[in-house]
Amino acid sequence: MGGMAAPQVAPVETPDTEEVPVSDRPWVTIVWDDPVNLMTYVTWVFQKLFGYSREKAEQLMLDVHHKGKAVVSSGARERMEHDASQLHAYGLWATVDRS
Amino acid sequence: MSMFRREGDRYVATFAVDEVRVLRKVASEVVGLLTDGFDHGDPVVGRLFPEVYPDDAAGSAEFRRYTEGDLKTGKIDQAGAILAGLPDGEAGGEVRLDAEAAEAWLRALNDARLAMGVRLEIKDGTDLGEELDDAVAEDPTSSRVFQLSVYAYLGYLQESLLNALID
Repeated sequence: MGGMAAPQVAPVETPDTEEVPVSDRPWVTIVWDDPVNLMTYVTWVFQKLFGYSREKAEQLMLDVHHKGKAVVSSGARERMEHDASQLHAYGLWATVDRS
Repeated sequence: MSMFRREGDRYVATFAVDEVRVLRKVASEVVGLLTDGFDHGDPVVGRLFPEVYPDDAAGSAEFRRYTEGDLKTGKIDQAGAILAGLPDGEAGGEVRLDAEAAEAWLRALNDARLAMGVRLEIKDGTDLGEELDDAVAEDPTSSRVFQLSVYAYLGYLQESLLNALID
């Protein structure tokens, strides 16, 4: 059997992890600092809801803590509203805004 | 004070009768706040149900119309998970939670702390120990002393449950 070509193993094209065009992610979910929520709890919520790594979740929590707020997700408005309502269920102070 | 620990796939703590009483009280108060006592003018409700668009009242109202019912039900249910997990009657005892109940407890303890934090006017730099010392110096039998102690206790309990969960 000579006709079958060995499967061509092409080098996998890893698309550049470019920023999504701004027009495609015009909304963001923002979490604000508050004096009650425990830092460990906020980190846990970010991991739980967004599937972020411990490192990323911790960094976001520290941004919230030190800068007063942080963007925790971005995308379509409906999705941001969904994220915000989830965060409210966990007691985080979340708002939605244009990016 | 009791701490949660992990036993296999359960999260376990043994509570004294006073702790059971306090937890039942705070969980019932949260339920009360979300049912008969529900009032959008209450700053606690404002904190538990934040304005999603701070500069857009109409957008916030629209969001509220679609989400508030579910959010309220979820918060009542999670406070209910505390009530359901506690030992019956006027006694201390063991609380054993599966992962789902443990997460409900975490969220409910957080809601209770948020509510108390608003009432106690906890601010960013608030030192709980100092607040408590001041309150004791003023009147050791005051409700503020009790509330501050409960608030501190709930934070301790929430942290211990969280540590057991992520361990």
